[in-house]
Amino acid sequence: MYVAVKGGEQAIDNAHALLAKKRRGDTGIAELGVEQIRQQLPLAVARVMSEGSLYDEELAALAIKQAAGDLVEAIFLLRAYRTTLPRFAESLPLDTGAMQLSRRISATFKDVPGGQLLGPTFDYTHRLLDFALLAEGERPGPPVDESATLGNCPRVLGLLGEEGLMTPEIDRGEPVPDLTREPLELPCSRAERLQALARGDEGFLLALGYSTQRGYGRNHPFAGEIRIGTAEVWIEPQELGFPVCLGEIELTECEMVNQFVGESAAQAQFTRGYGLAFGYAERKAMGMALVDRALRAGEYGEEVQGPAQQEEFVLMHCDNVEAAGFVSHLKLPHYVDFQSELELIRKLRQPQAEQTEADAETPAKEKRA
Amino acid sequence: MNAHAIPASEAGYNFAYLDEQTKRMIRRALLKAVAIPGYQVPFGGREMPLPYGWGTGGMQLTAAILGADDVLKVIDQGADDTTNAVSIRRFFARTAGVATTERTPEATVIQTRHRIPETPLAAGQIMVYQVPIPEPLRFIEPSETETRTMHALADYGVMHVKLYEDIATFGHIATSYAYPVTVDGRYVMDPSPIPKFDNPKLDRSPALMLFGAGREKRLYAVPPYTRVVSLDFEDHPFQIQQWEQCCAICGSGDSYLDELIVDDAGSKQFVCSDTDYCAQRAQQQESRP
Repeated sequence: MYVAVKGGEQAIDNAHALLAKKRRGDTGIAELGVEQIRQQLPLAVARVMSEGSLYDEELAALAIKQAAGDLVEAIFLLRAYRTTLPRFAESLPLDTGAMQLSRRISATFKDVPGGQLLGPTFDYTHRLLDFALLAEGERPGPPVDESATLGNCPRVLGLLGEEGLMTPEIDRGEPVPDLTREPLELPCSRAERLQALARGDEGFLLALGYSTQRGYGRNHPFAGEIRIGTAEVWIEPQELGFPVCLGEIELTECEMVNQFVGESAAQAQFTRGYGLAFGYAERKAMGMALVDRALRAGEYGEEVQGPAQQEEFVLMHCDNVEAAGFVSHLKLPHYVDFQSELELIRKLRQPQAEQTEADAETPAKEKRA
Repeated sequence: MNAHAIPASEAGYNFAYLDEQTKRMIRRALLKAVAIPGYQVPFGGREMPLPYGWGTGGMQLTAAILGADDVLKVIDQGADDTTNAVSIRRFFARTAGVATTERTPEATVIQTRHRIPETPLAAGQIMVYQVPIPEPLRFIEPSETETRTMHALADYGVMHVKLYEDIATFGHIATSYAYPVTVDGRYVMDPSPIPKFDNPKLDRSPALMLFGAGREKRLYAVPPYTRVVSLDFEDHPFQIQQWEQCCAICGSGDSYLDELIVDDAGSKQFVCSDTDYCAQRAQQQESRP
């Protein structure tokens, strides 16, 4: 009679073996290689790296394979691995202005220095299922002009800043706390907030960002600039005393230009929301930028009206590994607690039952009177 | 004691999984927690290879305090053989190679979810509780900033108001588990979702009680022999659960019982939730002439 609720070791082992079988699918079909995932599902890899807080395409692809395509599970796998790694250095701030761009657009100016660079994008595609892919047809890439070069692409918000139209972001040189090593204490700094958002669930940030557009904490955003490309990562080891380049990583950066603030009309300046993600991750970066700006309500003395503006609400619920874990824990046995609730509800109903009986005994006439 | 042979320890990982710096950080936080009974100490909780909500807080504390000579017992819902208890016990057997047991008196460290063993604990034993929501005021005040201030000011009036409203609405205090307690006359503490049946076992226990909430990154403690009082009113004193039935296996009339529905007609049977306690009693009864 105990069997139904108690699993034991054998059942766990069997469940895991079944999972491995499900993941593999029909063995008559060639097994999916990690390198295939890395090359052919780059956007999934990017999301897992961003929210897993670890830039390693191969491990992210492995996690996706192991998780049978469940990206939140893959993120969890990568995080659990990341936590065992030593931190040997902190990188210098990334210079995203010097990115090797593969895509760069601005919705605020028709043309900007360096130009609009569409790059690879789903935008303007007609979302028609491409049956050629079903037939595994190869698609040739666009013609390549070997002599083409990309001009200097200064950041669009920098240009506005030079004109004094952007609220400046001041680097106070404060140490940047590490969310994965220190507990989040609220209210927190913007650096911590951005870290939390960078690790935050894309869907959650997208929905919250969307809610600001619909009026729950409106902040009048314009996509000032979206840049996708590779940036170099530099560290400066103490024993060397000069910076060295570790390599480059692909990034998506989004800077939103938002409604202005200022002591007086003459001092009015636009404000900024910032989003950054590993890899090609436009939706994530945009959602993050909207939420970052919404969370600056306090800084700009705005009234907090929507959930996206509530720091504690957003930061405590944006992590999908935490959320998925706590929701899934409902599957664990709770029969001790449930038993105490049963005992209580039966006790509560007891006097009520007696009361109903008493009512039933009372003649209907009297009751009406 | 497990039938399966377990490898001494997992290659490539430190003893008990966490690195020594992390364990030291947790032990420092634990010392603070012991020094301020019932106070929630923030700590740099790590990501564990088990999901949040499945005991990551308890596991981090266990990892931080475990020594090679320790004997570990893990229970979930009072039972040693529930799947998550098996999984966590296996984790430490793999990563720390420590001895494990199902016998309460033999264990030096007992990690638990939702129960305190029926067998009285002894001095020198450490209980590690898995905690989902460490903040007893959370469902009255959702903001952490607010609740921290309320603790600092010992502003616990709302808690009594909540209990009073229960009595006004239902005639009883309608909290049956995770029943709030006052520790050492100062901090109101969530004893984790143990049934209130177990609350009296916390009071002046000779064992050290440690509580870990991984997702919320908080830990707290009740040192041995500390006063732990369940909140109540003079005219509505604290009461624990009672059953009309006895355990169907060992006949115990004073242990916490699980309810089993044993057939399609909904017939019920009640058995001890503490499987070790129940098995020991059953064994004693068999050996008696």
